[in-house]
Amino acid sequence: MSNHVKYRIGKSTGFQALTIVLATSCVIPLVAILMYIIKAGITKINWNFLTNVEKPVGEIGGGIAHALMGSILVIFFASLIAIPIGILCGIFLSENKKSRLAYWSRLSVDILQGVPSIVIGIVAYIWLVKPFGYSAWSGSIALSIMMLPIIIRSTEETLKMLPDTLREAAFALGMPFHRVILKVIVPCGISGILSGVMLSVARIAGETAPLLFTAFGYQFFSTNMNKPMETLPHLIFKYAITPYKDWQDLAWGASCILLIWVLLLNILTKLITRRWKVQL
Amino acid sequence: MESTIVKSVDYNAYFGDNHVVKNVNIEIPRNNVIAVMGPSGCGKTTFLRGINRMHELIPGATAKGKIMLNNEDVMEMHPIFVRLKIGMVFQRPNPFPNLSIYDNVIAGYKLNGIKLPKAEKDKIVEHSLTRVALWKEVKDSLTKKGSFLSGGQQQRLCIARAVAMEPEVLLFDEPTSALDPISTSTVEELFHELKKNYTLIIVTHNMQQAARVSDRTAFFYMGELVEYDNTKQMFTNPTDIRTQNYITGRFS
Repeated sequence: MSNHVKYRIGKSTGFQALTIVLATSCVIPLVAILMYIIKAGITKINWNFLTNVEKPVGEIGGGIAHALMGSILVIFFASLIAIPIGILCGIFLSENKKSRLAYWSRLSVDILQGVPSIVIGIVAYIWLVKPFGYSAWSGSIALSIMMLPIIIRSTEETLKMLPDTLREAAFALGMPFHRVILKVIVPCGISGILSGVMLSVARIAGETAPLLFTAFGYQFFSTNMNKPMETLPHLIFKYAITPYKDWQDLAWGASCILLIWVLLLNILTKLITRRWKVQL
Repeated sequence: MESTIVKSVDYNAYFGDNHVVKNVNIEIPRNNVIAVMGPSGCGKTTFLRGINRMHELIPGATAKGKIMLNNEDVMEMHPIFVRLKIGMVFQRPNPFPNLSIYDNVIAGYKLNGIKLPKAEKDKIVEHSLTRVALWKEVKDSLTKKGSFLSGGQQQRLCIARAVAMEPEVLLFDEPTSALDPISTSTVEELFHELKKNYTLIIVTHNMQQAARVSDRTAFFYMGELVEYDNTKQMFTNPTDIRTQNYITGRFS
């Protein structure tokens, strides 16, 4: 074999090795973060931690029940707003690929996706908090704005992948447009749509910035959506910047809970995608 | 004289500015098999899709003229109603992948929200599948997904789906071009059975197929209906030179 060929083989092998090394290196930060947070947080988690609310500094047995409840409520109502709008908008975009409205709304969605979350928080503050005061509602609305682009894009991409023949088969049976969409197109793309929804929930679960200005935070257990409410990410932020060791510990524990939550959502997404996938 | 079921009067179809079907006048007798042939891009599929108003689903597509079904203009009717009367089978088998074989057959009822008693549904499913010679093959696996069947079986399932709606006319858009020869001959045999109850209009690339299965043949070229006659007459003694050239393979 000539030197030239050897050189080329060597170069090829080197390049392959480089891709493997770099691919592996992506995993390192994730594993490091996971290890660290679990190590620091898992020991703080116990029954009291999950069921108690905030206690004054120095008093032992403080918990995150109010923040857990708050996060669940705020995210639930954010989903309630974002899921129907997002899915319907995604359906419109996939059905009207070339219309002018589709062009502009696709552009808006792309830009919305790039808007920093803190900006969305400030806008929600000006629109909702200034006239109506701090409330969990305003937090839900701010988060729902963040969910929209993810749901819209994943719905659109999923439905675009479905073959046109499917749509034609339905129309040829004399089905009206809404039934074609609801009975054929959406059921066939349900796994992609659901995974987009789950990912958007996982994405906003840890969002702090929009909540700083809206849901604001609260020391007590509350389910009143019209009043300020504590949420997990905000609680972590609040406790982490205090100089008190036991509050910092609570922040680690809450981080660990949040991490587990997001991890579970991602696993659930994978399961849903596998279970509901329609074989075309 | 057989009665006419479908008649087109000065039918024109366009994609934007592109005039793809030009002034087609054709009369289709009831319970016949009509083959529509012609080279690629001659407008035959567009014409077929015009008959049940599928053409207009494509953005930018428009049509002029009349398509008469039993002396009523389908262009004046609601497309949904037209498509219930005129069923369609496509080039690639397209059963609904999320539905079982059983549900695929009654999809036209189920997905349109028409509620039927179970016994009636069973009857329709068995009847339709028997008509397309698929009942024996699938009667034990009706709850399986339609996409588990072979290509030829899927295509017959799609025919059963169209038949289940009891339409008057069935349109076939190159129904066998995605099938192997054995499945093709099964489907071709079906045409003879189906024409007892329905009128069949079949677009095909395959001249042998047109000769084998049809009573009458229409030849499209560059968007025009060049010749339309008894199949035997068409293939043995065509009057137009373009038809002659096409049949003898002098151009394609």
